[in-house]
Amino acid sequence: MAGFDKVVASYAEAMAGLTDNMTVIAGGFGLCGIPENLISEIERKGTKGLTLVSNNCGVDDFGLGVLLPNRQIKKIIASYVGENAEFERQMMAGELEVELTPQGTLAEKMRAGGAGIPAFFTATGVGTPVADGKEVRSFNGRDYILEEAIVGDFAIIKAWKADRYGNLVFRKTARNFNPLAATAGKITVVEVEEIVEVGELDPDQIHTPGIYVNRVIQGSFEKRIEQRTTRPADPLIAKGA
Amino acid sequence: MALSREQIAQRVAQELKDGYYVNLGIGIPPLVANFIPDDIEVMLQSENGLLGMGQFPTEDEIDADLINAGKQTVTMAAGASIFDSAESFAMIRGGHVDLTVLGAFEVDVNGNIASYMIPGKLIKGMGGAMDLVAGADNIIVTMTHASKHGVSKLLSNCTLPLTGKGCIKKVLTDLAFIEIRDGKFHLLERAPGVSVEEIIKLTDGELVVSGEIAEMKL
Repeated sequence: MAGFDKVVASYAEAMAGLTDNMTVIAGGFGLCGIPENLISEIERKGTKGLTLVSNNCGVDDFGLGVLLPNRQIKKIIASYVGENAEFERQMMAGELEVELTPQGTLAEKMRAGGAGIPAFFTATGVGTPVADGKEVRSFNGRDYILEEAIVGDFAIIKAWKADRYGNLVFRKTARNFNPLAATAGKITVVEVEEIVEVGELDPDQIHTPGIYVNRVIQGSFEKRIEQRTTRPADPLIAKGA
Repeated sequence: MALSREQIAQRVAQELKDGYYVNLGIGIPPLVANFIPDDIEVMLQSENGLLGMGQFPTEDEIDADLINAGKQTVTMAAGASIFDSAESFAMIRGGHVDLTVLGAFEVDVNGNIASYMIPGKLIKGMGGAMDLVAGADNIIVTMTHASKHGVSKLLSNCTLPLTGKGCIKKVLTDLAFIEIRDGKFHLLERAPGVSVEEIIKLTDGELVVSGEIAEMKL
């Protein structure tokens, strides 16, 4: 009896059932809080024709960008797709379909998808190309457009800690889209830095309850930094004052 | 003399008020953080999920899990909070952010803004900009007044795909501080040493100049 134990032993097991032409929602912002090993597993499996839903598409050799060279992505729904030369090439050549979506709308699409809300009205994008073909309705004298929710066949998530029941805690701004994506997957797979025993996580501090999570695996992470910006060390501290 | 990027940021910082929650976009806007007056408290919101953004980290403090919306490594100020992207945009779309500062390619007399796409050339996406301009009441756009070739960016009608419609009321360029009202630009202040004539020449949309126009104080 597995009960509520969500832990799986291998990345192959974690991504079992992913097949061509599925929709995959991925957590992460830039390269921060991305499920880097789950992405590598999709690359290894060679699954094709995927629709990816993610704020960004990684860089050329890291993150979701690794799915580009073998043309595994058919379509991407994202808010910002700079920083990636191969992406730009495929998009300009018409090999890759891109649906640019405002960041807040993207987050809300996931939240709504996970919460059983099929669509919502928002002021974001009114009068812009984003509104093309969408229903406009006026509330209290202001126009809003109708945006539809997103549900994924899979959601791939990176969290900091999980217990065996799939309760999740995220760390700092690596949280970003992850808790929303976690709710919106038919199968939600989470990779974490540490798996703890049930009862070790304070129930008051859990960000994502295990009910949303189907599989948990422990991984090791590169955590690449996209823009390494620093200030000089305080000279007094440096001197040990 | 046209304002430098730092001077634009310096002038924007004069619009900050004590207790403001502020979102700073990419480009010139982050520089505003360097000019927050000492006698007020301001909290910076970064739309990837951080309220209370601190300064850049030292080498020792760098944390890959702590970045801002420009994907730069940052630190947290005292009293910071962390949240997910939906919560972050609930703050923005719900009108809880007191001031938003962001860049643009073009702005027009009807308060339209184009800032995210140059068809055929630059197609990177809007990120959070569409949410920010739709959700905020108090927005300052920072940009150069004209292109390097002298083509005005303050137009009768934006030519590029819009980021938002009818949402911009204040523009601070390297030449002028301008308010948008009743389908016209209104000149509020000019950069030190820049003449009203120069500003008129480089403003494509209708510009109202009433009375003496004061120089900005930096």
